[in-house]
Amino acid sequence: MLNIKDLHKSYDMGESSLHVLKGINLKVEKGEMVAIMGSSGSGKSTLLNIIGILDELDEGQYFLDGIEIKDLTEKKSANYRNKFLGFVFQSFNLINFKNALENVALPLYYQGLNRKDRLDKALFHLEKVGLANWASHMPNELSGGQKQRVAIARALAAEPKLLLADEPTGALDSNTSKEIMKFLQQLNDEGKTILIVTHEHDISLMCKRIVKLKDGIITEDKKIKQHKIK
Amino acid sequence: MLDFGLLREVLQSLNKNKLRTLLSGFTVAFAIMLFTILFGIANGFQNTFENEFAGDANNSIFIYSGRTSKPVDGYQTGRRIMFDNELYKTIKKEFNNNIEFITGRVYNNVTATFGVERNNYTVRAVDPDHQFIEKSEMKQGRFINSLDLANNTKNIVIGNLVANDLFGNIDPIGKYLDLNKIKFKVVGVFVERTEGTDSNEARIIYMPISTAQKIYGADDKIDQINLTYNPALSEQEALAFGNKIIDRMKEILFVAKDDQSAIRTRNRAREAQEINQFNGALAVLVLIIGMGTLIAGVVGISNIMIFIVKERTKEIGIRKALGATPNSIVLLIILESIFITAISGYIGLLIGGGILNAFNLEDYWITDPQVSSKLVIAATITLIISGTIAGYIPAKRAAGVKPIKALRDE
Repeated sequence: MLNIKDLHKSYDMGESSLHVLKGINLKVEKGEMVAIMGSSGSGKSTLLNIIGILDELDEGQYFLDGIEIKDLTEKKSANYRNKFLGFVFQSFNLINFKNALENVALPLYYQGLNRKDRLDKALFHLEKVGLANWASHMPNELSGGQKQRVAIARALAAEPKLLLADEPTGALDSNTSKEIMKFLQQLNDEGKTILIVTHEHDISLMCKRIVKLKDGIITEDKKIKQHKIK
Repeated sequence: MLDFGLLREVLQSLNKNKLRTLLSGFTVAFAIMLFTILFGIANGFQNTFENEFAGDANNSIFIYSGRTSKPVDGYQTGRRIMFDNELYKTIKKEFNNNIEFITGRVYNNVTATFGVERNNYTVRAVDPDHQFIEKSEMKQGRFINSLDLANNTKNIVIGNLVANDLFGNIDPIGKYLDLNKIKFKVVGVFVERTEGTDSNEARIIYMPISTAQKIYGADDKIDQINLTYNPALSEQEALAFGNKIIDRMKEILFVAKDDQSAIRTRNRAREAQEINQFNGALAVLVLIIGMGTLIAGVVGISNIMIFIVKERTKEIGIRKALGATPNSIVLLIILESIFITAISGYIGLLIGGGILNAFNLEDYWITDPQVSSKLVIAATITLIISGTIAGYIPAKRAAGVKPIKALRDE
């Protein structure tokens, strides 16, 4: 599903440059649920951005579903993001002047679906996260957990091959966090490949594999026994 | 690419951010309003000028006789110059190529009586062409024709006010009017649309010039020669043509070439030239001011759009993360800009038009200050182009937003 070979990334900081990722090798198979852990500055977000085609790598190779992601035009990368990837963010990132259903339908709009199909499909995914009754509500009328579930529905609507979650529980209380993680586990059980960036130890235990990052290098990569939420 | 969905996106974004839309629309509406008012006023000026001189054909040359002011060939100064049929015929023949219509005029004052009604009027004895030079419109009957001229008929054509004064509700056609004790048959009633139906022109009585010369003992004398030149002539050519006629007349009548008072002319080409120059200058001025306002509007909306893009950085980042291509973002922003510009521009146009209509500006030399439909179409196109220009820089900036940065932007 995902294959990263000897990946380097640095950022220009004026005169000096900051070497953030110093040779990452990572392979993720279909159906895995991986937690990428590390303290802030470890490079975990940069890695996620590169995986999410939101940022470009400097050196090394990155294959997504067998396709090398390299020197893409903006249009092409937008296309790949739309087709391959679903994003879930810490701050939900819903568009606040669109209601829940329209938010979920947005990636389908960029897929070129017609309005009726978009809304049908969006409603199906909203139902899946248990928020069909909230379809016409605006984001500011939803609780944090509900917002995140709308965001997940939106990420799933385009039927991506890979779900990327950047601190998905970072802005939620522990009960809501559990609820979201439980839902992600369900999705994973259904076969979805999920990558979660987190710095919370207990969240990482709910995944099937933990990759630890420190100063731009993977220091630990182990499969664990998943802590299932009941 | 420009599908209905995009339009829906744009409308939703505008609709859900009303204050923002309103604020950005205001600048443009105001600019267009000013533009409309300015343009309307300039148009009004032009209309006034046109009306002022609309009584006669605008390619006319009027030639009057006066007294000589210079001695020539043994003639003394102060000699009264008179035109006559011979001169008229010569001019008509020699300048036939560039004369459209030509008429002589003989003036007389008469007392007209019909039944118990009586009043004093001016009689203008003319050739049939006069109708087209003075732009007289027939309300009833006909104008003087060549048969009248050939047969010295006692047929007359009266102005609508003469008909009102003397005939009241009676149909004047075919009735006999007594002019200084001589009976004349009314064959037509005319109106002067352009100078107004209540102007002095509406109190004129026309009769065949040959008849007048006979009856009033003027023999073959003519008071005035009026003509219109070939409308295809340029103003320069028309001026030269007029001068040529005058020179020829001076030659025939033994008048010094540099004598300005013996033969006087009023050439519409000169007036037209002056008016055109003035209108041209006015149009340029309005265009400069108008373009200035428009540019200010465009800059204003561009500024606001840049601010909007900054405010929407996060939304744009989200859209990009969800698969929006840079082109679709550019289109989204530009279309929003065009929408705001076009709609608020139209509102400005309506308000400006309303203001122009609301006030009566005739006292200030501004007649019917309307904005033509052609101008509205031109303005619409200008607005759409302005909207595109105004939206372009912000849109490019928006498309360049890095999704990671935008999403981290709390």
